[in-house]
Amino acid sequence: MAELEAWRMDVRDWLAANCPDAMREPVRSADDHVWGGRRWVFSSEAQRLWLERMAAKGWTAPEWPVEYGGAGLSPEAHAVLREEMARIGARTPVSNFGFWMLGPALLKFGSEAQKRRHLPAIARGEIRWCQGYSEPGAGSDLASLQTRAEAHDDHFVVNGRKIWTSYADRADCMFCLVRTDPDARKQAGISFLLLDMESEGVSTRPIQLISGESPFCETFFDDVSVPQENLVGELNQGWTIAKYLLTHERENIGGEPPGLLKGRDLGAMALAAIGADAEGRIDEPSLRHDIAGLEIDAMAFRALVDDVRARAEAGQGVGARSAMLKYYGTELNKRRYDLMMDVMGAEALEWEGERTHGGQYAREWLRSKGNSIEGGTSEIMLDIVAAHVLELPRG
Amino acid sequence: MLLNDDQSMLADLAARLFTDKADPDTVRAIRDGRIDSGYDQTLWQAMGEAGLTGILVPEAHGGMDFGLVGAGLVAREAGRRLAMTPYVSSAVLAATALGAADDDALRARWLPALADARAIATLACDEGRHHRPHDPATRAVAGGDGGWHLQGEKTLVSDAAEADLLLVSADDGDGDGDGPCLFAVEAGAAGLTIESTPLLDSRSCARITLDRTPAQPLGAGRPALDASLRAGRAVLAAELVGIAREVFARTLGYLHERRQFGRAIGSFQALQHRAAHLSVEIEMAEALAFRALEACDRDEPGADAMVPAAKAKAAAVARVAAAEGVQMHGGMGMTDEFDIGLFMKRARAAGHTLGGDRYCTDAFARARGY
Ligand SMILES: Cc1cc2nc3c(=O)[nH]c(=O)nc-3n(C[C@H](O)[C@H](O)[C@H](O)COP(=O)(O)OP(=O)(O)OC[C@H]3O[C@@H](n4cnc5c(N)ncnc54)[C@H](O)[C@@H]3O)c2cc1C
Repeated sequence: MAELEAWRMDVRDWLAANCPDAMREPVRSADDHVWGGRRWVFSSEAQRLWLERMAAKGWTAPEWPVEYGGAGLSPEAHAVLREEMARIGARTPVSNFGFWMLGPALLKFGSEAQKRRHLPAIARGEIRWCQGYSEPGAGSDLASLQTRAEAHDDHFVVNGRKIWTSYADRADCMFCLVRTDPDARKQAGISFLLLDMESEGVSTRPIQLISGESPFCETFFDDVSVPQENLVGELNQGWTIAKYLLTHERENIGGEPPGLLKGRDLGAMALAAIGADAEGRIDEPSLRHDIAGLEIDAMAFRALVDDVRARAEAGQGVGARSAMLKYYGTELNKRRYDLMMDVMGAEALEWEGERTHGGQYAREWLRSKGNSIEGGTSEIMLDIVAAHVLELPRG
Repeated sequence: MLLNDDQSMLADLAARLFTDKADPDTVRAIRDGRIDSGYDQTLWQAMGEAGLTGILVPEAHGGMDFGLVGAGLVAREAGRRLAMTPYVSSAVLAATALGAADDDALRARWLPALADARAIATLACDEGRHHRPHDPATRAVAGGDGGWHLQGEKTLVSDAAEADLLLVSADDGDGDGDGPCLFAVEAGAAGLTIESTPLLDSRSCARITLDRTPAQPLGAGRPALDASLRAGRAVLAAELVGIAREVFARTLGYLHERRQFGRAIGSFQALQHRAAHLSVEIEMAEALAFRALEACDRDEPGADAMVPAAKAKAAAVARVAAAEGVQMHGGMGMTDEFDIGLFMKRARAAGHTLGGDRYCTDAFARARGY
């Protein structure tokens, strides 16, 4: 305990001295998020400096071992770092699929050489990764994927097509699922490959979303050659890794909302936007009631997340419970954005202009609808809970 | 929450005691007069021997002083078995109010008796149809002899007919605007009329009338009432979680067992998804209830928002769990012979007691400053 408190003081001092003021401003627009990568253009010097300083401490990936670019922190020490960052409103210096998904998968399944090559580059924000799982014919039924990788002496030849690949056009590398044994049972013939998006034969086509942005793409592979050393884990054992990684993805999606609502209280927003009655309460009882109902659910959800974390730290495992959290967390987030739209009224309908930072309310509201689709739909999450938590008979 | 060793032991003890000694069928036995009492006396005595009736009473007065997390663990098990006892009235509401009382003699007289189940006490804070505890029409009038008299009517007084002591909220008319105070009224006091009004859950309940009824002030003002209400709501949340858990477990069993169209009904996705959703809601309600109980024990500043949140959530979830339970049992669920309906009735009554989810949602919004 005393050790943690000493740690807290060190962290506090270091952050006070090193976090640029501009990096303590609330995140306002998509430009404020640092994805990193070979082609990354920082929107300010403060952004660059903040990433460089945090990466030098290993605090961009605090729990990863030091030799792989992290700081080797315990979960408790990491929690202190998070709290201290939150205390001064420090922004996340960099984040992308490399941190959320590939990193944990490599730590568990990667070879020593793969870890040494890829993890430090992720931690320094030098390489940006994307996730190539979904295909036109393989969404919820992911294991029916068809993208082929034929094994040759020292390389694979990949042919096929991925879809909904977030940021494929801006990423440097992709971790993907490919079929390496077309004759085996669905799940048994899949492998987990890493490939460079600059390889010959890879092309992408952006797809525009209802929010107006084009964060995801269709990705095509035409005789793409991938070195043998980029196979993670054993040949045809990719499904195990895929599932492990999906669990991580789900835990992340179920978390606190990013963007406009981050750290903001809907009740306070409503008081400011709608006004107060004689008692100082939101002057719109039905909205007040709905906001309170949502905040109660959010409080209960956080209590459950804390319990699940505590059980995991006590070695009781999260397992299929991550599907519970992904399901409820994303549905809750959608409700929160719906209410935000009610609170902000006509202003939230504006699609452009400075006042709304380019229609952030509307765009984030629309984007939130994807939360219950990406990383496995709500219906699939409920299937998993029914089968693996409640152990109900298969349909 | 992760329980510490003492809490785990208490949870085990409560689980064993209620599994052995409480049975949902007792609800019917009391309702149909097969047991001539408003509550399960055997169970109550067993709870007394185990110390559970004194769970919140200070050790100096012969109690366990276990704190609200402990009281909630007991309530959750009581909810699972639909235990028909004055636990919330006596061991939680009255014990908390008396614990906060500013009168040593009163505490010394009643707390030890409550702790070892020699006496039962209850709280009378409602009037009319709805829970409005801070604005009672009941008046307390100071007599010339230094004593006080109460004038008014109270509704939804749980366990009043069995109680040796009633703690009644009243406006003391001192005009200081600090809200109602609690007064101790002994059973059999002059001008006290008790009209039994058993509820749909077959629990003992009454409307009471006070006509120049002698009463003794607890002397701690509104804080004693608020402490009692907060403890009662938090513990009721835990009881409601126990009800939800039990109904859900039984429903899940039925989903495995009942076959239609040549397969277990639990294999139908329409039911699976509803059950899966409900399971998340129940886990959340449970996590929040115990988080709120813990916040009270630690006297965290957030406790005043967390407790009504927990009560609102648990009440809503228990009600849905019971309704889904009936629906998923088909015609069986509608029969009196089957226990599901008993859980549905208790969920409704406990959900309303000390403020239903609308009241509690509003109280939460107030506590959060909007
Ligand atoms: C914003 C966003 C970002 C994404 N990013 C990526 C990414 O980076 N990389 C990547 O690989 N993929 C990504 N995806 C794809 C995502 O994983 C898929 O969209 C998702 O798995 C659903 O697949 P689908 O779109 O084919 O829908 P479908 O599987 O066709 O589902 C359509 C509907 O049918 C329902 N349904 C399907 N099967 C069942 C069933 N068994 N029972 C009941 N209902 C069922 C679904 O729940 C859904 O409501 C992203 C998606 C979104 C929205």
